[in-house]
Amino acid sequence: MQEWANQLCENRQFGSKMTDSKYFTTTKKGEIFELKAELNSDKKEKKKEAVKKVIASMTVGKDVSALFPDVVNCMQTDNLELKKLVYLYLMNYAKSQPDMAIMAVNTFVKDCEDPNPLIRALAVRTMGCIRVDKITEYLCEPLRKCLKDEDPYVRKTAAVCVAKLHDINAQLVEDQGFLDTLKDLISDSNPMVVANAVAALSEIAESHPNSNLMDLNPQTINKLLTALNECTEWGQIFILDCLANYTPRDDRESQSICERVTPRLSHANSAVVLSAVKVLMKFMEMLPKDLDYYGTLLKKLAPPLVTLLSAEPELQYVALRNINLIVQRRPEILKHEMKVFFVKYNDPIYVKLEKLDIMIRLASQANIAQVLAELKEYATEVDVDFVRKAVRAIGRCAIKVEQSAERCVSTLLDLIQTKVNYVVQEAIVVIKDIFRKYPNKYESVIATLCENLDSLDEPEARAAMIWIVGEYAERIDNADELLESFLEGFHDESTQVQLQLLTAIVKLFLKKPTETQELVQQVLSLATQDSDNPDLRDRGYIYWRLLSTDPVAAKEVVLAEKPLISEETDLIEPTLLEELICHIGTLASVYHKPPSAFVEGSRGVQHKRLPGSTGSGESVESPDTGSAAGVSDAPPAVIPSQGDLLGDLLNLDLTPPATTGPPPPATSGLQMGAMDLLGGGLDSLMGDESEPVTTRRERPPIPLRTGTPQSPQTLQQSPSPPDYSPTELGGDLGGSSAMGAGFGAAPAAMPAPVSGGLDDLFDLGGGVGMPMGAFSPPKIVWLPAMKGKGLEISGTFARRAGVFQMELTLTNKAMSVMTDFAIQFNRNSFGIAPAGPLQVLTPLSPNQSIEVTLPLNTVGPVMKMEPLNNLQVAVKNNIDVFYFSCQYPISMLFVEDGKMERQVFLATWKDIPNDNESQFQIKDCHLSSDAASNKLQGSNIFTIAKRTVDGQDMLYQSMKLTNGIWVLAELRLQAGNPNYTVSLKCRAPEVSQCVFQSYEAVLKN
Amino acid sequence: MIHSLFLINASGDIFLEKHWKSVVSRSVCDYFFEAQERATEPENVPPVIPTPHHYLISVLRHRIYFVAVIQSEVPPLFVIEFLHRVVDTFQDYFGVCTEAAIKDNVVVVYELLEEMLDNGFPLATESNILKELIKPPTILRTMVNTITGSTNVGEQLPTGQLSVVPWRRTGVKYTNNEAYFDVVEEIDAIIDKSGSTITAEIQGVIDACVKLTGMPDLTLSFMNPRLLDDVSFHPCVRFKRWEAERILSFIPPDGNFRLLSYHVSSQNLVAIPVYVKHNITFREGSSQGRFDLTLGPKQTMGKAVEAVLVSSQLPRGVLNANLNPSQGTYTFDPVTKLLTWDVGKINPQKLPNLKGTMNLQAGASKPDENPTINIQFKIQQMAISGLKVNRLDMYGEKYKPFKGIKYMTKAGKFQVRT
Repeated sequence: MQEWANQLCENRQFGSKMTDSKYFTTTKKGEIFELKAELNSDKKEKKKEAVKKVIASMTVGKDVSALFPDVVNCMQTDNLELKKLVYLYLMNYAKSQPDMAIMAVNTFVKDCEDPNPLIRALAVRTMGCIRVDKITEYLCEPLRKCLKDEDPYVRKTAAVCVAKLHDINAQLVEDQGFLDTLKDLISDSNPMVVANAVAALSEIAESHPNSNLMDLNPQTINKLLTALNECTEWGQIFILDCLANYTPRDDRESQSICERVTPRLSHANSAVVLSAVKVLMKFMEMLPKDLDYYGTLLKKLAPPLVTLLSAEPELQYVALRNINLIVQRRPEILKHEMKVFFVKYNDPIYVKLEKLDIMIRLASQANIAQVLAELKEYATEVDVDFVRKAVRAIGRCAIKVEQSAERCVSTLLDLIQTKVNYVVQEAIVVIKDIFRKYPNKYESVIATLCENLDSLDEPEARAAMIWIVGEYAERIDNADELLESFLEGFHDESTQVQLQLLTAIVKLFLKKPTETQELVQQVLSLATQDSDNPDLRDRGYIYWRLLSTDPVAAKEVVLAEKPLISEETDLIEPTLLEELICHIGTLASVYHKPPSAFVEGSRGVQHKRLPGSTGSGESVESPDTGSAAGVSDAPPAVIPSQGDLLGDLLNLDLTPPATTGPPPPATSGLQMGAMDLLGGGLDSLMGDESEPVTTRRERPPIPLRTGTPQSPQTLQQSPSPPDYSPTELGGDLGGSSAMGAGFGAAPAAMPAPVSGGLDDLFDLGGGVGMPMGAFSPPKIVWLPAMKGKGLEISGTFARRAGVFQMELTLTNKAMSVMTDFAIQFNRNSFGIAPAGPLQVLTPLSPNQSIEVTLPLNTVGPVMKMEPLNNLQVAVKNNIDVFYFSCQYPISMLFVEDGKMERQVFLATWKDIPNDNESQFQIKDCHLSSDAASNKLQGSNIFTIAKRTVDGQDMLYQSMKLTNGIWVLAELRLQAGNPNYTVSLKCRAPEVSQCVFQSYEAVLKN
Repeated sequence: MIHSLFLINASGDIFLEKHWKSVVSRSVCDYFFEAQERATEPENVPPVIPTPHHYLISVLRHRIYFVAVIQSEVPPLFVIEFLHRVVDTFQDYFGVCTEAAIKDNVVVVYELLEEMLDNGFPLATESNILKELIKPPTILRTMVNTITGSTNVGEQLPTGQLSVVPWRRTGVKYTNNEAYFDVVEEIDAIIDKSGSTITAEIQGVIDACVKLTGMPDLTLSFMNPRLLDDVSFHPCVRFKRWEAERILSFIPPDGNFRLLSYHVSSQNLVAIPVYVKHNITFREGSSQGRFDLTLGPKQTMGKAVEAVLVSSQLPRGVLNANLNPSQGTYTFDPVTKLLTWDVGKINPQKLPNLKGTMNLQAGASKPDENPTINIQFKIQQMAISGLKVNRLDMYGEKYKPFKGIKYMTKAGKFQVRT
């Protein structure tokens, strides 16, 4: 470094003697010695010049610490400039010379008493910067005085000094009570002092997340809002960031804060603007959407965001990253501003890529023509990365906006005609995705694609092309030749291409078995015998066996209908998005990661969540309209009140149902919905059949994968390395679950869980045994002998091997024999009914008891009960009819196919309004996350994904009720903490309470 | 907050470092250099770079990278805004912000940086206050200081530091009281091949130079304030008054400042003052290409379009260009392939034209990309949005100031695709 400095100084032209550059010129050997002499000179002027030279050396990174005593000697001066220079030096070197630094203490203490506030402030400020323990001891007294100084300039400097001191010695600050003094400063009359106190407290709070330093209440908030108007731009940032941590009590308070923050949107400092946007985005959550002010606020947010884009490119970049979040949360804000995201050709590449991303997010039917024209323009630019991303964007548009697909395809074809190598390859990759989204629509372009076969040299493009050839083998005359040509260099291809080639040739064989037998033999032997890649070998063997044992099954498996891909692309996981919205303007928002994931030194940052709305209008809006119609159609009188129930039960036909044999397959929500309309009285619980039914019928959509740069640690990350094969294989093998489903109770109802491809295939065997471990509560007495004229009934519910049943123990405590048992249920929330007669074949003698298992189904009449899981039962024998009610754990109704596809989960979670979310605590549970997950799975609560943040495990789980209602859950547990938090989201929030009880029961069992 | 600052010149040397907390080794900049190497152009270095223990946030101005080091969660915009403020301050103090100027004034630079941040918290960033604390160097003062031994550091607490009008010092005195306002509008536009406007917007600013004695209170009103719906104000502007009456009311800072900036978006009709007719073609199999470009005025309200400069990045395959301008001069840099044509003023009677051939490298195929044409121009005495100041009034002081207002329209990022 010394060398470098010397060189620097020799190389540079010597500046005028009048300027500071002269300080750079004397960096010869022995210079330190010279400086020492000058520093000890009697002449003031010479001293100052010498100190300046020392500082200059310091700035270029040279070590001048040897001069420490000499420089400190110059400190006792009334020349302010000299004093400042010496202070500068001290701050840099005190740490390396702690003993020497003590020499300076006296001067500091004296300066803290100086009549000039500038000097007082300077002294306390400098002292705080000297990170030497011995000095900090002396600092306390002067600091205490300065915190109460009459001059606000000194007070605001002292406030920052507390933060400095806390960084060096936190305990000392607490012991000395500086924190309380600092809190008092929030009420200071001077806005600058308030701002600095807030800044200091925020910094301290960051290292002590649980210390509750910022005790925000309406009074302090009011003070902060007042100071906000009057302090400097930087102070405004601190105050706004602090405000963002506050949770208003109700929507009115939230609105009043928003009103007072809105003027900040017109500030010239972009950091102020973005911090204000953060506060508004957060507090807006609490405003009822039908409020006029809500609309006004939405309108006000757009212009400042647009203005940020005309600033310097660095600012633009940060703004764009944040706008990306805002657009995902509230697309309506910027939906008309598409044009400002158009790329200028001399934008820096990092700005270009971000703009492109946002353009796709904003693309809609209304603006797609414009967007496509732009994207096409970009595809002819020079920058390869950008061009590739632009081509990919065209594909994403096609998948996102269905009406535009045709235009996108023709644009892509135009681009292929340019014959620019990387454009062609990228275009083929996206066309493959378009085929997957819109099958049997655009296959006419295959001929054009085939022309470009030879120019493909990237694995992804080759794999895509091979997929297309295999998929449409029957339409391509020379498909076998094409695939054969790829086969020649099989071992030089990447795994991705190999896997794809294997599948494609098998497809070809199944479509044209006569001509291609040789080819398939060849590829199977290449894959199984000559390859050492386990994925490839395994897939090869599966195909081989399938083909040799049952070609029909092979056809069903390999040529199964593929799930469609959808445009969830790279949406950020909803909980993460909510958290990031609370962190707008921070590093977290730039990296799209939760702050805890990457910032060093922030020990256990609390997760922030958006506040829920308290507005009364909200709850009316949330359930589907379908259910509302169902409710209003039914005259209210139909709903029986509790008093009518007895009569209702009495009228029941108690002859046992004639049906025997296996219970009918799990009912679809559609049927239930129909009954609901007939029976009436069940509100939104049944109303949401639309969503689950569609997911069941048409297989969960698989989102399109795109290579987004941010790749946040979200759920959608694929666990398997080859980029595109797993979904593909899953799709190809889609029928396999049906094949192996002979052991399932209701094979038709098993929607193939497409997620894991091969893993799933192998999992199936083990998966079926799982219900054996389902939780079942111990039997309790439902009907005491006192009330049953001597008949005592105790029982429980269980779900064994996918069959929902009631297990009863009947005990005869009377003196006479009991015969002719029958059972009937009242209408109930989930339509539970006996699936067969009560099997008590022999008469029950006195003091005899008998165990009976009653299979149940859920096709009975439906009526909402209170509590939801209440079941009213009537049992008849030769003596009388007895009535009792019992409650079944709702987990009995969780069906075996309740595992949601990850992406569907993501989308559904996002789709369900936040109001439907409820949170519960499970106390005193001591299970590891894996153990908990296994236990829950036994009861058909399926863990879809697991994420670990800060030692806290988050399990994302799904379950499905017999009537098709999906419940999504997030279970958070921390090692060592026996209290779990479970958040439930469901379109029918009524079930949440019951689901939570089941959770607790299952976990503690 | 901000830990440290490194200044790095175009050749990758760290020529200044400043630490506000503990010293961060300059080796942290290696991560920056890595990113710099990966970026094809100097301006493509990403503004936020993560390193194992720190984050580097940088801005590039005047071919100097200002790299700030932060450790904990700090709003990046805050850092970037601050860095730009540092650059503005240097420019304000030294006239230019170059490596040489910074080195020439390294002690002042150091004093300034120390005054601007305390422990990473901004302390004084208003140029008014800074100038009271640290006097800007002038040849005369340096000379006087050298002789008399006096200093350029203010001894007193700056008056503006804590008042409600921190941007203005008290006791300002001028013999000539004057207030000048410049309304400057820049048009950003993208014009497509066929000449139709894809996007156009106006970024406008009102820069002021106010030299008035005492504590004047000014109001500025517009003929058509409805144009201004997206504005950012200097902190001196009273926002409530603007909201209510659409009048700018403020106590101005002393000297030069930006009173307001505004944005007229593409939703409103933005007039495009020039048009371009172009024909840039390459033929398959031929090593020559044709270049023909004509400029003309349009929607200029009769004002002359001046200082026109056309530049275009020609395809990489172009070896040289043999062109003939009807006016002005052109240059073609065979290394960067940048063509610039200094047109000057557009005469509507005789439209400027640049015509000729481009030669491709022997055997090179027809270039894939179409060059984009960048145009710069100025139009005096007109604000293209039509914004007009109605009147300027002064309250609080007795004297009659001299008032002036000037309009100008410039091209911002004005691009024509071919």
